[in-house]
Amino acid sequence: MLEHMALNMEETVSVILFGIGFTILLLHQNLIKKIMGMNIMDTAVYLFLAAKGYISDRMVPIVVDGIQDVSAYINPVPSGLVLTGIVVSVSTTALMLALTIRLYERYGSLDLDQILLRVKEDERT
Amino acid sequence: MSRKKDNYDQSRWLKFKNWVDGDVDLLAKGMEARVPDGNTDGSGWTHGAQSLEAYEAAQEEELKKLPIFAKGFDPSVDHGLALFRKFYRFLSVLLCGSLILVLLWTVAYLPIFGNAGNPDNNEVSARYIERGLQETGAVNIVTGMILDYRAFDTFGESCVLFIASCCVLVLLRIDASSKDKQTEKRRKEAAYDRLYEPKNDIILQKCACILVPVILIFGIYIVLNGHLSPGGGFSGGAVLGSGLILYLNAFGFQKTERFFTETVYRRTTLCALTFYCLAKSYSFFTGANHLDSGIPLGTPGAILSSGLILPLNICVGLVVACTMYAFYTLFRKGGM
Amino acid sequence: MSFVQNFPFFSIIIAMFSGILSSVLSGKKARNLSLTAIGVTGILSAAVLLHGIKTGESYTYMMGHFPAPWGNEIRAGVLEGLTALLFEIVMFLAVVGGLKYTQADVEESKQNLFYIMIDLMLSSLLALVYTNDLFTAYVFVEINTIAGCGLIMIRQKGRSLSSAIRYMILSQLGSGLFLIGLSLLYDVTGHLLMSPAKEAVAAIEASGSYEVPMLVITAVVSVGLGIKSGLYPFHYWIPDTYGYATPTASAILSGLVSKGYIFLLIKIFYRVLGRENVVASHIVNVLFVFGVVGMIMGSLHAIAEKDTRRMIAYSSVAQIGYIYMGIGLGTQAGMVAAIFHIFTHSATKALLFISAVGLYEVSGNKKDYLSLRGAGYRNPLAGIGFGIGALSMVGFPMLAGFISKLLFATSALQSPHKMFITLIALAVSTVLNAIYFLRLVITLYRPAVSVEGHEISVKEKATKSSWNLRLAVLCFIVLNVILGMFSQPIVNAIGDGLMMFE
Repeated sequence: MLEHMALNMEETVSVILFGIGFTILLLHQNLIKKIMGMNIMDTAVYLFLAAKGYISDRMVPIVVDGIQDVSAYINPVPSGLVLTGIVVSVSTTALMLALTIRLYERYGSLDLDQILLRVKEDERT
Repeated sequence: MSRKKDNYDQSRWLKFKNWVDGDVDLLAKGMEARVPDGNTDGSGWTHGAQSLEAYEAAQEEELKKLPIFAKGFDPSVDHGLALFRKFYRFLSVLLCGSLILVLLWTVAYLPIFGNAGNPDNNEVSARYIERGLQETGAVNIVTGMILDYRAFDTFGESCVLFIASCCVLVLLRIDASSKDKQTEKRRKEAAYDRLYEPKNDIILQKCACILVPVILIFGIYIVLNGHLSPGGGFSGGAVLGSGLILYLNAFGFQKTERFFTETVYRRTTLCALTFYCLAKSYSFFTGANHLDSGIPLGTPGAILSSGLILPLNICVGLVVACTMYAFYTLFRKGGM
Repeated sequence: MSFVQNFPFFSIIIAMFSGILSSVLSGKKARNLSLTAIGVTGILSAAVLLHGIKTGESYTYMMGHFPAPWGNEIRAGVLEGLTALLFEIVMFLAVVGGLKYTQADVEESKQNLFYIMIDLMLSSLLALVYTNDLFTAYVFVEINTIAGCGLIMIRQKGRSLSSAIRYMILSQLGSGLFLIGLSLLYDVTGHLLMSPAKEAVAAIEASGSYEVPMLVITAVVSVGLGIKSGLYPFHYWIPDTYGYATPTASAILSGLVSKGYIFLLIKIFYRVLGRENVVASHIVNVLFVFGVVGMIMGSLHAIAEKDTRRMIAYSSVAQIGYIYMGIGLGTQAGMVAAIFHIFTHSATKALLFISAVGLYEVSGNKKDYLSLRGAGYRNPLAGIGFGIGALSMVGFPMLAGFISKLLFATSALQSPHKMFITLIALAVSTVLNAIYFLRLVITLYRPAVSVEGHEISVKEKATKSSWNLRLAVLCFIVLNVILGMFSQPIVNAIGDGLMMFE
């Protein structure tokens, strides 16, 4: 089993990064670190997808010299998925950062527990 | 003989009756209200335009008062919370470890990396490689795939970018007509940002004079050559956006507003997204009804080829450039 | 190919295009465009439903010039048409019912942005209902999440911002899990479209290879979509989010947003993984357990709540527990019950939120029990609406909730292992639902008294709310009664639709 994991080194590393990013997003208290964790998680999935496309000893899927043989190029599908995924990740990061800016301006803290405490105090007054 | 109850206030019947009627906390109105400290009305902004030093001194003072520099809670006093913190750390390590172990166990059974006989190297990718050039006209097979074979996903992706920029507009745009107290404060901060942005930084400006044209031309090159070499609308748009941001940083808002205002932003995004929507709808409609779309594919390898892919790349590039620039100005000080 | 078959595609494009156009329109014009778009797509979905019933089979529609494994496609049948029609009716009535509050809560210059969110939420729900491709589903799940976040935070007062960030954090966890599940599935089968993927999965199960990845894929996709739709341990964002948003947003979020993800989960179970494989992997048992626990814990939290809007939000948690219990039963009848409960819950929860707003406005905008006393006399139509909604949630005969519970009970009788737990859980949660809902309904009709130290600023005579609120409440009541009394054709349609679903 370990040899198989060593053969699939790229997938192993991306899965470890995914777990780390997931835990940071879930359990850290600081909002900026949560956003970083979300980005680590998404980037790990793109690494996984990019690794899926690779085939040894073949070229990027841009047709050169008119060669259109299947055995000359790598799989183009995962690259397209990664392109779409990167834009989605940028959009959600921008949205979460904008929310963090507004929360900081209003409650004066980047710590999610502190913010929730202050929300409750605000409501009592 | 009746029994008199002494502790009617603590009796269960009274509690039940209060629950049915709806509890009223009569002490709540008498308690002192605590104003939350932190980023409330800063005293530095109330007077008119101050000198730069006074502004900076006021900022320093504000910064020191901010509670992110204070500790969250005191462990020596709050034992319960300290214990919870330790348990929390242990739990987080356990959760992380178990998730990684489950996924690693899966990886041990997946197909081998780089093997040509993997399940995902099947007839789907074979057709894209063998007949992609003839069917879409694009030399770059990946661009042909995302803008012709699987164009609906790319349309959805442009909409994700559009709706995210709308959400950021809701949160961060400062409108002249709004009367909210928080917006008043943010408007004053935005006015200070405009007044004190560096306009005479010689090094920045000379470098920008050289770099900005190069960056913009490079961005346009990437967008236009999306179907011939690695590139396309998204990457080219990001480069164009960064060129605009460098220009803004070097020369200031006044000079940038000569050619890029909010009206320009809105109209560009509207035209680009509308063209994308209509062109792709035409393509989907003709495709599903088995009609011929009538768009010429051109000769592969020329710039003007591959049907709709070139105009779509230009639209996507414009949208992404405007969105990147809009994110920068909105994050900085509330709008263009 | 008949022209009616183009209609699913037209509905998605109309919704998206009206969202794009609204970016340059003023608030009023954006609102009218939004309502027109929802109305037109409703008519188109009704036509698709009728076409599906007439032909008796579902069809696929190529999005582009290339057929299935190479190009994108969408698929439409009876179940998709019915679900889309119901979602559009609920969304239309929710927008109409909360019109006045939208104008008050949202800043003047940002009104058109609110209607952009509504249009794009509509388009993403339609795309999730009709799609036949996994990666398109992921992209539209993200649009749904971001539009939902926009609806929550548009109010920018009170708790809206902090509840929006908690919602986004939990949603991104779910999306990340869903995406890695998708990537693993692509790795193992090589297809992103659902029908070819199903053949590949069948071949894998037959040959016995890749057992562990298939199990992990099922688990990860279910947990990811469960987190996003508010399954029990991941429900923390629901009370804050539903309770503090503007009324239209609360109705749409509670009624429609979670249901889109649950529909996608059912679609993946049927069209990609195969229902027998999912049952054999025992993942449905996990969903069943979480569903049952959610039913009971959601009701217990609701009983403890003093703020009535948060109480209605916690009852949403319980109802989503019901739906997951139905999916967790694993049988065809259980799925039919779950889908019927999706319809019931969308219609009833939106009715509860809209009529609750009508009650608050005659009680001095206060939401606790003491202020709401006698509100049923001050605003009669809203009181009747809330009463009917509450009775439907409890399971009064002739209303929609009764039919749902009946379907759950009959489907439980067919699965011998889970029968006792299901019936006991149904009974216990009905009693708990009755406790908090009937308590509120009785409070509404008690005469108002002023307690010392707690002034109630109420009007003594009965007042009328604005016309749009009354219209919306009336239409919701009619919808609820239709779902309750004429349920048999709808249940048959769902059953037929599920047969065509695979």
